[in-house]
Amino acid sequence: MTDASMDSAPMKGRLTTVDARTKKRNAAEKRFKAYGIVAILIGIFFLVVLTVSILRSGIPAFTQAEMRLEFVLTQEEFDAAESQVLKTKAYEAIFINKLSTALTEKGISVDFNAAAIERLLGKPGSTIREYFRANPDQIGQPVTFSLPASSRVDGYFKGRISRDTVVDSRFFEATDLDLVDALADAGIIVRNFNWNFITGSDSGVDNPGGAGIGVSVIGSFFMMLVVLALSLPIGVAASIYLEEFAPQNWFTDLIEVNISNLAAVPSIVFGILGLAVFIQFMHLPQSAPLVGGLVLTLMTLPTIIISTRASLKAVPPSIREAALGVGASKMQTVFHHVLPLAAPGILTGTIIGLAQALGETAPLLLIGMVGFIARAYPEGVVSGFIDPNSAMPAQIYTWAARADAGFYEKAWGGIIILLIFLLTMNIIAIILRRRFERRW
Amino acid sequence: MPLLWLFLLILAIAGAAFVLARMRVMAMSGQDRRSLHSLPNYYGSNAAMKSAIPALLVLVIWLIAQPFYVNSVVSGAIPDSDIAETSSRSLVLAEVRRAADGIDLAIATGNLTEDEARNMRADISDVTQRLSDAGAIVTSQITQPILRAAQQFRVLNSTGYQLMSIVVLLIAVAGGLWAFKETRPDFRARNVVEQGVRVLLIAAASIAILTTLGIVLSLVFNTIEFFRLYPASDFFFGTSWAPSFSGRGGSSDLGILPLLWGTFYISIVALIVAVPIGLFSAIYLSEYASPKVRAFAKPMLEVLAGIPTIVYGLFALLTVGPLLVSVFGDDGLGWMQAGTAVMTAGLVMGIMLIPFVSSLSDDIINAVPQAMRDGSYGLGATQSETIRQVVLPAALPGIVGAILLAASRAIGETMIVVLGAGAAARLSLNPFEAMTTVTAKIVSQLTGDSDFASPEALVAFALGMTLFVITLGLNIFALYIVRKYREQYE
Repeated sequence: MTDASMDSAPMKGRLTTVDARTKKRNAAEKRFKAYGIVAILIGIFFLVVLTVSILRSGIPAFTQAEMRLEFVLTQEEFDAAESQVLKTKAYEAIFINKLSTALTEKGISVDFNAAAIERLLGKPGSTIREYFRANPDQIGQPVTFSLPASSRVDGYFKGRISRDTVVDSRFFEATDLDLVDALADAGIIVRNFNWNFITGSDSGVDNPGGAGIGVSVIGSFFMMLVVLALSLPIGVAASIYLEEFAPQNWFTDLIEVNISNLAAVPSIVFGILGLAVFIQFMHLPQSAPLVGGLVLTLMTLPTIIISTRASLKAVPPSIREAALGVGASKMQTVFHHVLPLAAPGILTGTIIGLAQALGETAPLLLIGMVGFIARAYPEGVVSGFIDPNSAMPAQIYTWAARADAGFYEKAWGGIIILLIFLLTMNIIAIILRRRFERRW
Repeated sequence: MPLLWLFLLILAIAGAAFVLARMRVMAMSGQDRRSLHSLPNYYGSNAAMKSAIPALLVLVIWLIAQPFYVNSVVSGAIPDSDIAETSSRSLVLAEVRRAADGIDLAIATGNLTEDEARNMRADISDVTQRLSDAGAIVTSQITQPILRAAQQFRVLNSTGYQLMSIVVLLIAVAGGLWAFKETRPDFRARNVVEQGVRVLLIAAASIAILTTLGIVLSLVFNTIEFFRLYPASDFFFGTSWAPSFSGRGGSSDLGILPLLWGTFYISIVALIVAVPIGLFSAIYLSEYASPKVRAFAKPMLEVLAGIPTIVYGLFALLTVGPLLVSVFGDDGLGWMQAGTAVMTAGLVMGIMLIPFVSSLSDDIINAVPQAMRDGSYGLGATQSETIRQVVLPAALPGIVGAILLAASRAIGETMIVVLGAGAAARLSLNPFEAMTTVTAKIVSQLTGDSDFASPEALVAFALGMTLFVITLGLNIFALYIVRKYREQYE
């Protein structure tokens, strides 16, 4: 026994049994790890909630309740209606007449009067009259009319209005719901895909049903053309200078500091700049996609410059040395060899920058792209740039700021369209990166 | 001549110069490229560059300078006696410009002929009537001096533009000719062209400086203008925000303190949400997560950063607000009156900031050298003890920088607060009350239809200036911390 002292040493614990302190430490370890998992799950939970609430509230905007009725207008009826003083009223009477015939044919009996139909449809008479005056050859033929139902009928189908919450007013009465139900049973009121929402223009403040985002999509498109045409060449030129030519001096430092600061300036400040310089000082037209494009260009430039510089930096120096070695000038080296190799990276960065610009709202508010109704498509290319228009995010904001709850659904629907554009652009960027990225 | 045509014409001249110079040098060298100093295209580019660039430069400068010249001439021609007591020279000038636009419109719609527009004198009421027939905005009866000034304005402008077209085209042709003349086989065309391209590159890089300059100048000038109309001390230390809507009354209270308080309160709520979630996500992703989990969870969180802020704004207004009301509102705890509140905006802004905090902290935690972790493990520390006692203290300055960047983002955020925070300026501690921020008020003061010259509109520039200075300070400080920290370990 040479190691007698070992036995007398106090045994504090064994490796095989876990003591209290180790237990505590292990529990702390588990807890700490759990915090991390919970944090990530909360983040992803928020993302899921956001997606679900966008989809759930936005998808109804793509459908619209319509009253669809097929009937034959005889020549006598046409002549009789045209000879009356209140012509549209006469057509409305014809329509109501045909509607009740259709209902009796289907064996459904429900009471209704002209006032109820007007509450449901607006004034159908003028639509019908215009159609038959424009197409006289259709008289005597069966014609199907699809008339958009009022926003309250639409809201009833989408669950915005229920029998319990409906308030009688001159726009809608609770008894109308019986009529709506009967018409829906007869297959006369149906929900259809609302093409007008995608291709149409904005409607007035009192007609959420007719509002469409098409015109503002065009506005955004022209704005993105301006951003692309200006920020890509300027951004690439600036990056080439800073990455390939700039000497180490105070001027270069000044440019670098400016670019990194501009990247962090709040977007609303760019809006103030646009208002003061482009509109107050240069007297460019208000609300024009051209001005919006200029402001967004200044905002996007730092993003594009930063990503372009990264992809120029990624081209290995050996390429430059080889080109210089066979006698190319510095300028030829950059433009013939470095730039083409960096092009996929530059393109990816530009697309991501454009996507950012497309979703930006705050600067557009200040240069006047809200507060009016974007009713008409631009007439041509030049008018597309300089005529007042809205842009997708500005249109969404306009709808969100209106009082009628029917517009909220349109705003969510607009967000779905905006996100589809953003998603497409980002996916294109990712595909480009995957396909062309080169590891040196 | 429309600007577009002028521009295209200049390009056409430059193209012609390119072709001619190239042909000339090829002819001079006897179709033997080897006797040329540069490749033939460089001679062409030299000629194109020298004809287009000076012409375009003059065009831009002329377009900027002419309005100033015309304004000063027209303004000098209006005698002081014609400016009414209640009006000012700049208002009269604006009216002149409107009248001139109206005459243009009337000619375009055929209500007036060009000759009539130049020689109109007699019948004032007739002119006003005709202009409004044409759809022009005529605010009041056009008086004789204003009509005369408007006519002068139009004449000056149209002769100015004619002169500009001629001068610019002459410059383009002269530049092309000069370059054509100096085109000789021993001319060092490549060096000249490359020098020119270099200047263009420098000009492109300087746009960043110009933008900053533009921001600072437009903020500073309008802010000074504002402080002439409204005392600066009342602006910075005033505790009440109540702009009058009538326009130019002195009854507005424009104190920034309630707005700053709203801004900071909302940002603090946002950071309380974003910092723990973002930080713990970053720790988990960089220290614990398997590559597979990381490849899934990191892009998922970053999607939150790619969503436009208008979407968050709508989410706050229509989803989070009503949800909070149903819990804390009159039906629940009774703390909350309406959906728009500090809590609503702060919570949603916090969600938006999670990816900022997490990806910046992730980078910083990853930059801590592995050797420090290994040393800690070697002493028997568990992974969480290593993180808490070694990695985080080492990364702390960088993380503080990341949080400051997120804070500057929160202070400058606009759409969420415009839609989610409410419009009432309040100094209150209750997070369930509606408050408003600097950015929200910039939007509301500049989107109304008040006159640009009134203090109610100009205050937006002073607010913008405050915002710019605060975010710039935060950014510079944060970048300084992050950079200093990076240098330590590199």
